[in-house]
Amino acid sequence: MAERTLILAFETSCDETSVAVVENGTKILSNVVATQIDSHQRFGGVVPEVASRHHIEWITRCVDQSLEEAGVGYGDIAAVAVTYGPGLVGSLLVGVTAAKVVAWAHHLPLIPVNHMAGHLYAARYVGEFMYPQMALLVSGGHTELVYMPKEHEYEIIGETRDDAAGEAYDKIGRVLGVNYPAGKTIDEWAAQGHDTFHFPRAMEKEANYDFSFSGLKSAFINTVHNADQRGEQLNKYDLAASFQQSVVDVLAEKTMRALDRYPVKQLILAGGVAANHGLRTRLDHDMAKYHPEVGMLQAPLKLCGDNAAMIGAAGYVDYQHGDHAGMDLNAVPGLMFKRMEVK
Amino acid sequence: MKVLAIDTSNHPMSVALVEDDQLLATTTLNMVCNHSIYLMPTIDRLCQLVKWSPTDLDRVVVAQGPGSYTGIRIAATTAKVLADTLNIDLVGVSSLEVVARNVLPMTTAIIVPFFDTRRGNVFAGAYQWKDGQLTSQIADQHLAMSDLLTQLAKIDQQVIMVGHVTKKLADQFEKLPQNVSLAPRAYGIPSTYQLALVGVDQPAVKEIDPFVPHYLRITEAEANWQKLHPGVTRKNYVREV
Repeated sequence: MAERTLILAFETSCDETSVAVVENGTKILSNVVATQIDSHQRFGGVVPEVASRHHIEWITRCVDQSLEEAGVGYGDIAAVAVTYGPGLVGSLLVGVTAAKVVAWAHHLPLIPVNHMAGHLYAARYVGEFMYPQMALLVSGGHTELVYMPKEHEYEIIGETRDDAAGEAYDKIGRVLGVNYPAGKTIDEWAAQGHDTFHFPRAMEKEANYDFSFSGLKSAFINTVHNADQRGEQLNKYDLAASFQQSVVDVLAEKTMRALDRYPVKQLILAGGVAANHGLRTRLDHDMAKYHPEVGMLQAPLKLCGDNAAMIGAAGYVDYQHGDHAGMDLNAVPGLMFKRMEVK
Repeated sequence: MKVLAIDTSNHPMSVALVEDDQLLATTTLNMVCNHSIYLMPTIDRLCQLVKWSPTDLDRVVVAQGPGSYTGIRIAATTAKVLADTLNIDLVGVSSLEVVARNVLPMTTAIIVPFFDTRRGNVFAGAYQWKDGQLTSQIADQHLAMSDLLTQLAKIDQQVIMVGHVTKKLADQFEKLPQNVSLAPRAYGIPSTYQLALVGVDQPAVKEIDPFVPHYLRITEAEANWQKLHPGVTRKNYVREV
């Protein structure tokens, strides 16, 4: 039997407690995810202290169940991987602390994993990675274009200057009476409406790869409020479709231009918002039309949200590259890939 | 019995390794409050010094709170995950009780440990030595320092307060009620040797999974939500997907 390297991975950066066992970075043996969505829905968004409290309630159950489902024991594990940033500090600390304890108790190497690299590696479960590579990472906390000249090297070439795309969905969702997280419902409504409002496409024509969604959010909110004042009821499906069209236009166009500038072999789409059907369909279309020579891997729908399987896949690669942390590993809430100067 | 005791409830971080009733090694840091960075390296170093492997441990005893939310979460996460992963005993002890134990058993006074929680409030409890046992007289709670002093003034016994007097609390300590005195500063630093000794005598928790810190306060968000939704009895808001 071929040798297998098993990674026990931890992810607690926001409102999901997750522990996974991953084989050779490509096969999920278990991926236990305990979500706190029902809790934070009470408040209309994630409350950090509440999130931290839930993580500690669930951490040992997730570890035990993950090993049990994988049918392995600590003796089978080669290394422990953990998200150490970016994310909410209190949430991150539960996972980082737990991972350190498990690594220490069983004399295992500890691998610090960047949460955004984790998102990217969710796509690794779809197919092999080829370099150079470009990734569009879109989630509730991040929107960035990442260039990877080779494995284990990440450079941000563009990112949001204000709200993340997913954050904009949640904020306009609130105006439409859709509870957090609003992305899925807005996506469904958008499919039933048309772009009749023509909201602004921020920075679409600018010569960089950065994004901005706060102007779109304000335009959307103003449109709805002005209609309210006139006693007018706007079509929610058209509102959703118009909003989504603006987001998708900007994401797709900037991505196409990044691919014009940086020839790559592969485009990766990942992050929570990568589950958006409008975005997936649009990228399928645009890639076939403008960059048929570039392959595309879209993270599987069930691995778009936060989960430890993606951390295990990224952690496996980090492990191969010799990334190890000491017992002094700390959470780094503002962790970022380095930013590349774009010419 | 080989015991690891941990307290990171407040500014000080303390770790002790105790075998039966014997202290083998202890370290206390009282500098920059960054328990996440220093806790595991300290545990690792002390274990190396006494030549214990992690699997040699029989029991982990942790100061379970109240205290800084982040601090008690780091200690409780460390303790519960260690107990779970090594399949050893876990014991939680009140962080206030740990400090109360610094006051000698010869006294019959009421011992009131306290931690500043800012805005004039404290976590505090009342304890008393009876036949060599430290017993809880008033449960640990979160209250205004002024209310605490009013309560203590009404007690018909000597009271010894023990804890760290922050700048914010200093004013109130200048006019303590007649029956109340403050223990010297050194008594406010928790001793994990004491913590380990209490932990050896107590039964281990039956189930590790539900073990959480004693926050003594629900979050502001939840308090506000409960006011708006009286009668909602749902307890568990987390589910597996």
